[in-house]
Amino acid sequence: MKQRGRGAAIVVLALLAAVVASLALGARPIDLSTVMTAIVRPEWPTLDPIDAVVVRELRVPRTIVGLLAGAALGIAGAVMQGVTRNPIADPGLLGVSAGASFAIVVGLSIGVSGTLPLAATALLGALLASAVIAVLAARPRIANAPALLVVAGSAITALLVSATQLLLLSDPEALDQYRFWTVGALTARTLSDALALAPVLAVGAVVAALLARALDALALGDDVARGLGFGVRTSRAWSLVAIVLLAGTATALAGPIVFVGLVGAHLARRLAGPGHGMLLPLSGLAGAALLLVADTLGRLVAPPGEIEAGIVVAVLGAPVLIGLVRSRLGAAL
Amino acid sequence: MTTLRALRRRDRTRGLIVTAALVLVLVVLSLLALALGAVPLGPAEVVAGLLGLPGAPGSEFIVRGVRLPRLLLAVLVGAALGLAGALLQSVVRNPLASPDIIGIAQGASAAGVLVLLTGAGSAAITGGAITGALVAASLAFLLGGRGVSGARFVVVGVAIAFLAQGVLGYALTRASLVDAGSAYFWLVGSVGSPSWDDIGLVAVVLVLSALLLAVVHRMLAVQSFDDTTARALGARPVAVRVGAIVVTSLLTAVAVGAAGPIAFVAFASGPIGRGLRGRGPALGTAALVGAASVLAADLLAQHVVPGSFQPPVGLVTGALGALVLLVLLVRDDRRKEHQP
Repeated sequence: MKQRGRGAAIVVLALLAAVVASLALGARPIDLSTVMTAIVRPEWPTLDPIDAVVVRELRVPRTIVGLLAGAALGIAGAVMQGVTRNPIADPGLLGVSAGASFAIVVGLSIGVSGTLPLAATALLGALLASAVIAVLAARPRIANAPALLVVAGSAITALLVSATQLLLLSDPEALDQYRFWTVGALTARTLSDALALAPVLAVGAVVAALLARALDALALGDDVARGLGFGVRTSRAWSLVAIVLLAGTATALAGPIVFVGLVGAHLARRLAGPGHGMLLPLSGLAGAALLLVADTLGRLVAPPGEIEAGIVVAVLGAPVLIGLVRSRLGAAL
Repeated sequence: MTTLRALRRRDRTRGLIVTAALVLVLVVLSLLALALGAVPLGPAEVVAGLLGLPGAPGSEFIVRGVRLPRLLLAVLVGAALGLAGALLQSVVRNPLASPDIIGIAQGASAAGVLVLLTGAGSAAITGGAITGALVAASLAFLLGGRGVSGARFVVVGVAIAFLAQGVLGYALTRASLVDAGSAYFWLVGSVGSPSWDDIGLVAVVLVLSALLLAVVHRMLAVQSFDDTTARALGARPVAVRVGAIVVTSLLTAVAVGAAGPIAFVAFASGPIGRGLRGRGPALGTAALVGAASVLAADLLAQHVVPGSFQPPVGLVTGALGALVLLVLLVRDDRRKEHQP
């Protein structure tokens, strides 16, 4: 118990530090008191107007997008890992984010516009990809060899990415815009977009939270779960809903991002154990912290330019996945 | 003794039949590729165009200038990818270890695009692709741990593939719009703009690899046993593995350099070839299957899709290959996957 409390405290502190870093650091370092002033009292006389603009128009929106998308991916990753009993499941790795991304590009090319309608198309795409993964994950051959699911996911992702790229080829203007979005970035959506989508994420998080005990039971095996009184099919169906809502909206916010769910859920499990009651919220917090750290790093590495958060996460997350696979955890694969 | 001889004879016969059938399929597809198109040509005109005989005036240009290079590129790239996939799968004893899954093709793409964006010529791009393929292969095999025939190694490869995709994404966001456009066009995998340099390079690497493999094919057969047994039989499994990885990377890199990453041909040709041939590693069969697949996919893309839209061949193979992979995974097959 105490260990879980300590683990939770570590994640919360890490997230706070990540938020502070995201607001203060960058090509133009701004100290914390100035940040607070800009947010709370923008009309303060000694406040440098450029600092105020940077904080309010640039850093706060991307921090909020990072918090929402990172938390959503973290929780979705934990739910995926629980429902597939696969320690390396991740919405990006298994093609759910690629499905949402493809759907968005299709939507744009047929004239869908506006934050909520596009998010709805993203959810459709995420649903289709998740359904395929769910069917695969239920087969005994794949349930016994989690690595096969990852291979299938990478195949689905490759196909969807190539189809997305093909669609973009026919429209150079769209290509220009979305080659930045498809690598995963926190700067594509405005604050009002993010706030418009926050309720969808909240619903997804609530569904996930209600599944915590069912996921704990599923981890023990389908038969045990049934014996404990949990409907396996309903739990799986609701998990699908949660994953689609969370990962689909996160992709609509920040583009397709891999590894955040995987690493966030894994860190949370290391720090606070496998019980989903604690694991789900902590995965969310850890995922948010990771995405913000990646975004901040991307700003610091090559000023005044920046490397998009999705690229940083892909480059840093791959060694983490490799390390995971090589460790004792990998023996279970 | 008689039984063994009879078995060997049956095996050889099967090999001949399978090879002959695949060659026949290739010939038919090739004729279709030369005959069909915006200007349909009859068989006489195709032959006249090929041989440069005085026939209908434009047919020589259409056949030799437009359709033949595309046909050659499709066949050579398909054969190179099929061979690369089957070779790696058999040497590593892992049906999932294919250059387009464990990151070799993605490494080649990422490095190729990075070089393409510096404005260098196609020789440098090919060199970049080869470097990228070798780097990705080295990472996968060095970091993959001991059990290369296991699932863990494949996941490491997938991680490297995603890392390469990240690098690629970075390159694409730094390029000018025009460069990014051509890079994306190349990335979806197409045989639509063949250059004789590319065709020549793929042909050379393919022929050299085939010769090399023909010389060492006995060593490859022994490779199908585990390392201890192989060593006891006098083979050197680690050297063979390293050599095979290098050959696979080269084949993949020149194929990707010529036509972009054409999905799944490397992965699927090996198992299909083994299934047809009845026993592994069936490298030659896999090469023929790969060639036929890419050619068939290109014909489908050009002539079957309605309207003037022509999906690039990589998308057709990607869609079909993903289907094949998913069906393979969904089928509950109790038999051992890889038979030596």
